[in-house]
Amino acid sequence: MDRTQLLIGVAVALFSLGLVGVIVRRNVLVMLMCMELMLNGVNLSLVTFAQQTATTVGAVLVFLVFVVATVEIALAIPIVLLLVRDKRTLDLGAYNELKG
Amino acid sequence: MMLTTIALLPLLGFVLNGVLATRLGGNLVGKPFVTVVGCGLPVVSFVLVVVACFTLQAGGYAPLVETAYRWAQIGEGRFEVGFYFDRLTAVMALVVTGVGSVIHVYSVGYMKDDPGYGRFFAYLNLFLFFMLLLVLGRSLLVLFVGWEGVGLASYLLIGFWFDDLANARAGKKAFITNRIGDAGFLFGMFLLYQAFGTLDMDRINAAFGGATLPAVSASLVGLLLFIGATGKSAQIPLHVWLPDAMAGPTPVSALIHAATMVTAGVYLVARMSGVYLHAPEASQVIAVVGVTTAFFAATIALVQTDIKKVLAYSTISQLGFMFLALGVGAYGVAIFHVVTHAFFKACLFLGAGSVIHALGGEQDVRKMGGLARRIPLTFWTFAIATAAIAGIPPLAGFFSKDEILWYAFASARGGSPLLWGVAAATALMTAFYMFRLLWLTFLGRSRMSAEVEHHVHESPWSMTGVLALLALLSAIGGFIAVPHFLEPQLALPAVDETLHHFETPLLVVSVVLALAGLAAAAFLFGGPPERAERLRARFAGVHRWLSGKYFIDELYERVIGRPLVWISDRIFLRLGDRALLDGTLNGMAALGRGTGRLLGRVQTGSLHLYAWLVLVGIAGALIWSLRHV
Repeated sequence: MDRTQLLIGVAVALFSLGLVGVIVRRNVLVMLMCMELMLNGVNLSLVTFAQQTATTVGAVLVFLVFVVATVEIALAIPIVLLLVRDKRTLDLGAYNELKG
Repeated sequence: MMLTTIALLPLLGFVLNGVLATRLGGNLVGKPFVTVVGCGLPVVSFVLVVVACFTLQAGGYAPLVETAYRWAQIGEGRFEVGFYFDRLTAVMALVVTGVGSVIHVYSVGYMKDDPGYGRFFAYLNLFLFFMLLLVLGRSLLVLFVGWEGVGLASYLLIGFWFDDLANARAGKKAFITNRIGDAGFLFGMFLLYQAFGTLDMDRINAAFGGATLPAVSASLVGLLLFIGATGKSAQIPLHVWLPDAMAGPTPVSALIHAATMVTAGVYLVARMSGVYLHAPEASQVIAVVGVTTAFFAATIALVQTDIKKVLAYSTISQLGFMFLALGVGAYGVAIFHVVTHAFFKACLFLGAGSVIHALGGEQDVRKMGGLARRIPLTFWTFAIATAAIAGIPPLAGFFSKDEILWYAFASARGGSPLLWGVAAATALMTAFYMFRLLWLTFLGRSRMSAEVEHHVHESPWSMTGVLALLALLSAIGGFIAVPHFLEPQLALPAVDETLHHFETPLLVVSVVLALAGLAAAAFLFGGPPERAERLRARFAGVHRWLSGKYFIDELYERVIGRPLVWISDRIFLRLGDRALLDGTLNGMAALGRGTGRLLGRVQTGSLHLYAWLVLVGIAGALIWSLRHV
């Protein structure tokens, strides 16, 4: 198993870990962190492929993902704060008003 | 612009009174204003009509033509509001404005305590405007506007006291029955316009009299127009509205439902005589319908007990006489009868109004009697008008009715002894039921309750003066030689030479018939009341049929009314509206709601489930793209 395969494996593991976290955890903050984990998994794979193909496109894209992640957190944290102020809990199960 | 002014003056009265003297304008003006405007403008119209008559005479009886306004121009077709004044119009306009004016004056006394005084005069003026449009109009279109307008005014005035549901219903009945006739009128107009490209009646008459035959069947057009006339002039089978129309105030019954509006059908046929001269079949139908109506209405009038209902059926019967005259080609004679009938029937109705006024609203002749000494002026005028309608010489009705009977017998355009026989029997009945009415109302012993009797009073001079004037006209109106005046325009039908020696015997017979009617009524109702009672008991079955008006209203209800209600209810309301239209819309709404409920299940509010679904979606998309790339 060469280095690239290893790095891709780590990236997939990070992504899967994040995904599973988003799906199974009920704490909103933890879920947000898991999302970051997924983004970082993607970032890792981007960097790896950029190294392998010796192009800069992948590396540039990473910065874009960083910006998106930052903005996402900047929006998500206030939302979570408002939710918590309303319900006094971080448990996702409490936020089920939008039910069909 | 004289003709336009004649027509527009009553409209001005309608606008002034309708706006200022009703609740619409907050009752700005008082009764004196209403009286002056409401009666004054019709009188001015009458004066102008007289002036127009002199102008007509000065111009050697060349028709006066005036175009007031171009209504529309569609391609080559022009629709103009034009007025036309010839001998026939002159006679009709004089009757309409003359009798109309005196009835306006009469209403001042009759309606003086009514809260709707201003509204009443506004409606009367509106009626007069449309009636003048009807008789002055040059084109059938203008005539039709007037025709519909008088129908509207009639509806408004029948239901004048609309807080009583029966009155409102009677107004509706009159309006709807007239619609059936109007459909025929409209089809006739369409045919004429298609054939000639014009609706001007003088041009149409001229085209029918021309050398080349027009490309339209005169009989068909004649019949269609006659259907319109049966509606407005209450001929069988559309006669049912007129008796109910008596629900309106009595001056209305006199003006609209006796003297003027109901004769509009007669005027229409006389005006379109150019068509009917070429339509022997249509003329025959008119004669038969006319004489049948005259006969049956007279039989019903024999047993009615409401003073106004007797007069209403008598009106239908007299209109039947007029149509009989039209049917045998004696157009001028029919108009003659229109004129004399306007005099004596207006007098009778206004006299009845005076009686009702005196008795505080009582209309049942069984609760009258002995009024002759209490209200002598009303009695004498009523008696003169009764003698006139019965055909006692030398009063007005004698001349016109006798001429109708003569032409029904001898006209070369479809006269026959059979028509004469039925008409003569009708004349006998007319004399009988009119004198019966006179006796029951004014003579004999009083059958009033003490309270009513105490209040009996003669009407004010504005009413009795009008009665006297109309009674005078009923007496001498027969000496106005209307048929002779109209002859250059409406030629009298030829009479077979061999029939001329019948003229005097027939004259004698009609006088004898009138006197026989008088004698029979005097015998039955002048003596002890048991005589009439015994007669009624012997013919109980016939009496039931007659007092039930042959149950024609009930028949129409069964044959037309109920099926219509059934179709409307079952097919249009339940099937069409509720099942089909509402059902489709409700079904679509239910479909949307059901789908929404189904899809709403997915929206659980649980983010985890959404995440799962996203995961499944991504996985599915990936697998699909792997397969297909």
